[in-house]
Amino acid sequence: MNSTALRRHLNLIDFTLSAMRRRLWRNVMLFAVYLVLVFLLASVMSFSHAIRREAALMLSGAPEITVQRLVMGRHDLVPLSYLDKVGNIRGVQKAYGRLWGYFYDQGTRANYTLMVPGPDAKDYQLTKGQAILGEGIARVRGAKKGRILTITSPTGKPLVMRIKDVMMPDSALVGSDLILVTEEDFRRFFNLPPNVYTDLVLKVRNTREVSTIVGKASYLLPDARFVTRDDILRTYEAIFSWREGLLLALLAAVIVAFAILVFDKASGLSGEEKREIGVLKAVGWDTSDILAMKFWEGALVSLLAFLGGVLAAYAHVFLFDAGLLKPVLQGWGVLYPDFSLPPSIDGLQLATLAIFTIVPFTGATIVPIWRAAITDPEQVMR
Amino acid sequence: MIELESVCKIYNDGQPNEVRAVRDVSLKIPLDATTVFRGPSGSGKTSLLSMIGCLSRPTSGRIHLEGECISGLPEKFMTDIRRRTFGFIFQRFNLLRGLTVMENVMAPALPLGGDHADLRHRAMEILHRLQLDHKATVASELLSGGEAQRVAIARALINDPAIILADEPTANLDTALTEEFLGVMADLKQQGKTILMTSHDPRIWQAKLVDRIVSMKDGAIEDVLEQSERENEKE
Ligand SMILES: Nc1ncnc2c1ncn2[C@@H]1O[C@H](COP(=O)(O)OP(=O)(O)O)[C@@H](O)[C@H]1O
Ligand SMILES: [Mg+2]
Repeated sequence: MNSTALRRHLNLIDFTLSAMRRRLWRNVMLFAVYLVLVFLLASVMSFSHAIRREAALMLSGAPEITVQRLVMGRHDLVPLSYLDKVGNIRGVQKAYGRLWGYFYDQGTRANYTLMVPGPDAKDYQLTKGQAILGEGIARVRGAKKGRILTITSPTGKPLVMRIKDVMMPDSALVGSDLILVTEEDFRRFFNLPPNVYTDLVLKVRNTREVSTIVGKASYLLPDARFVTRDDILRTYEAIFSWREGLLLALLAAVIVAFAILVFDKASGLSGEEKREIGVLKAVGWDTSDILAMKFWEGALVSLLAFLGGVLAAYAHVFLFDAGLLKPVLQGWGVLYPDFSLPPSIDGLQLATLAIFTIVPFTGATIVPIWRAAITDPEQVMR
Repeated sequence: MIELESVCKIYNDGQPNEVRAVRDVSLKIPLDATTVFRGPSGSGKTSLLSMIGCLSRPTSGRIHLEGECISGLPEKFMTDIRRRTFGFIFQRFNLLRGLTVMENVMAPALPLGGDHADLRHRAMEILHRLQLDHKATVASELLSGGEAQRVAIARALINDPAIILADEPTANLDTALTEEFLGVMADLKQQGKTILMTSHDPRIWQAKLVDRIVSMKDGAIEDVLEQSERENEKE
């Protein structure tokens, strides 16, 4: 672009800013509605994106196959003997029993997960009387590394532990309500006999063999249920999609408001505005000059509102923990202590949002002008 | 020289409300003279002036400016000729409400891509010549009638056009302001501008700066009076 063309656009921008100043309140309102819309949409999008990412992260560490025992249709403890049976199936690389369970903490009125770290979790090895806390619990209980933590078991017996560490997990959703303890402490806390586990975990050498292994294992263990990683993934997807759908339905209302706004702009060209366009043409503006001037009006408003809305949404979701959306989107959030999502941005989502707001708005600004601008300017002589 | 060749303007051509505003006008307008079109309301003066100024196209016929046909062109070229050649002073001034005097005066020059600061400077100079510099930042709707017209004149001059077109310029002015307007026009004539006006105001016809009077009736030209003949008319 040469400098004359550039100066032409600068001049037209200058003019459009002066012209917008005249209907300051209307333009400010418009800007505000637009900004709120982008803010809400971007908040939902980046929040659900971050939560999905969390879920994916969590699942990437999940075992290929989890074995549960069902008694009367309910999840029950798995005896150690099961481990020997499935552990020898061809293709199973490793099999071990897991110990985990929930308990409700009266003091903080929250559910915690008590868990024994698996044999692979080298970073989390403990000796009797030690515990590692998720950062959510540490925050709620005001606990720090090296201090003592006491929790009361469902049987009323207290368990006293020294805090070895507080974990800052990659995934806030899974890690923050977690207390890691030794097997001995776990069994004592829940009053479990030896040789039983919450469930079993099978690590598989080749993920394509998962269904074959599940087939053989269910023959050997008729009362067991096998949950594969794909099953979990599907369940999560279903829950997230459903909640997202709900929220998007609510957002539809906001979008309708935006549409009305855009439509009002698209149809509302007063006699005064038409006359002005005629005057500009009569004094030497081309149709393209008028369109360029109006384009800048639409583009400036929508670009600024878009950027403002996106920045506000980013701050909302990642700095202020999505306070407005949490109760809706993260359905089981009440079960968990507070957590914060690590920031992540989906470029494609942002681009989509940009296209679906900036383009219609700018279009709605220009189209009626186009209709008025192609008419003969002679009318202003009358 | 502007040359009109069998120019017709028909509004709503072929419809029941058809109006033949200008009928078969052929006329030569010299650029070194000030010409006034006079005639009763509805005689087609404004329509003719619009066509000359490239604001509208003749229904038939041609208009030449210095030998170049300017009547049958696509919009882009028409606009280009309009903004480089003509400055308009409208009967109703047509200032943009809510914008300042300065912004109004600068408006016609903005799409030409000149430097904004230069443009302001030029606008200020013109406003100064018209004794309006103290009003530069005033909103245009707060001006008196005479001031509004001087702003309209300033706006017409910003692109330094060779030809000034004024449609009924004194229709809304009292005698003193009319004198003032004629003074400004005389200055512009002095600077070599061509001035074309329409008017049914005798104060304009009798003005010293007017060289030719073209009388119109029902869309056609009745007669053309040269300055010499006007001397006789006065007696
Ligand atoms: N846009 C238009 N549509 C229909 N008729 C018009 C239009 N503009 C002007 N006219 C008619 O054309 C005739 C000439 O108008 P005009 O050129 O304004 O004359 P004048 O300026 O001498 O009063 C009038 O009868 C007027 O009503
Ligand atoms: Mg008229």
